[in-house]
Amino acid sequence: MEEQMMQMEQRLWELIDGQASASERSSLEELIRTQNEWREKYEELLGINRLLLHSELDAPSMRFTKNVMEEIARIHIAPATRTYINKKIIFAIAGFFLFLILGFLVYGFGLMRSQGTPDISIASNMPEVDKLNFSIFFSNKWVNAFMMINIVIGLFVLDNYLGRKRKAMREGNI
Amino acid sequence: MHTGLDDNEIIRSVLNGDQQAYAQLVDRYQNYVFTLALRMVKSREDAEEVAQDVFVKAYRYLADFKGASKFSTWLYAIVNNTCITLMRKKKLVVHSLDQDNVFELADSRDSGMRADKVEQKSKQQMVNQAISMLGPDDAAIISLFYKAEQSMEETATVLGIEVNAAKVRLHRARTRLKEKMEKYFAEELSVWQNP
Repeated sequence: MEEQMMQMEQRLWELIDGQASASERSSLEELIRTQNEWREKYEELLGINRLLLHSELDAPSMRFTKNVMEEIARIHIAPATRTYINKKIIFAIAGFFLFLILGFLVYGFGLMRSQGTPDISIASNMPEVDKLNFSIFFSNKWVNAFMMINIVIGLFVLDNYLGRKRKAMREGNI
Repeated sequence: MHTGLDDNEIIRSVLNGDQQAYAQLVDRYQNYVFTLALRMVKSREDAEEVAQDVFVKAYRYLADFKGASKFSTWLYAIVNNTCITLMRKKKLVVHSLDQDNVFELADSRDSGMRADKVEQKSKQQMVNQAISMLGPDDAAIISLFYKAEQSMEETATVLGIEVNAAKVRLHRARTRLKEKMEKYFAEELSVWQNP
């Protein structure tokens, strides 16, 4: 019963909002004309709609615009994000990480030793990779630490470069 | 001086260095922003703070407004984020549509409202009072659709939902509003509906 009432209200609201299709509209108009229940509900909803349509927005204090203008007088418009975000740099960072991931994958596969089923071993299908003796480069913990430090320095330099570029753009715009 | 200019023309003029032109946008949208903020934070003082913050942020990042959507749509996103930030900062409860206690909370806030006081209020104030009793999501969709006079499609865009979802949400919000009105303003409602 409640669900029926909900459906009835939803259909009537669609009619009131002008969202009902032409066939739905004529069907609803017929229902409103012939059935008391539909007519009463329609008038009830129409009354609420009228109330809402005639309601107005709340207003802030009288000094509002003045306060905002005083506030913005102290600040500058920031340059548009698209002007200081260089897509080439984004792609360079993505490429850098992709290269790292691929490097580690190759290194990982290089370490893999086929066990019993050489035919399905990925490492065995990568003869070029197999020829490389990665243990020479990666067995030393100091080498690994050096590589990590290089990665961190690389990211730090990139961040520094972006920061300087952004600052230059801002100074240029203001 | 800037009367009659559309939003994009004013924005272009602000971006070209005419800071005073921004007052036109503030005048145009202050009630809209303030009303939406009021629906979310439920206090005039906080709503005014939010509204001011919204216009300052909008000014600061005006260069990022691409003009693909309406300026009011862009402002709504800033209002929403600013309200959430303020609520977190002040550790206010962020009410969501699905919280069962929203109505109880709203009821308890307004339980002190006596019939004699209600009688003195105008129709306008009562509609606002009933809307303020709703949860922020319900209040926002009703404010956008009726008070900000956005179409169903625009309302859906502003809220980032499908048109059909907006229809259902608006329907639910109106049903809840009707319940509030019937509960608190039954007499007035019957008079207005059958004058």
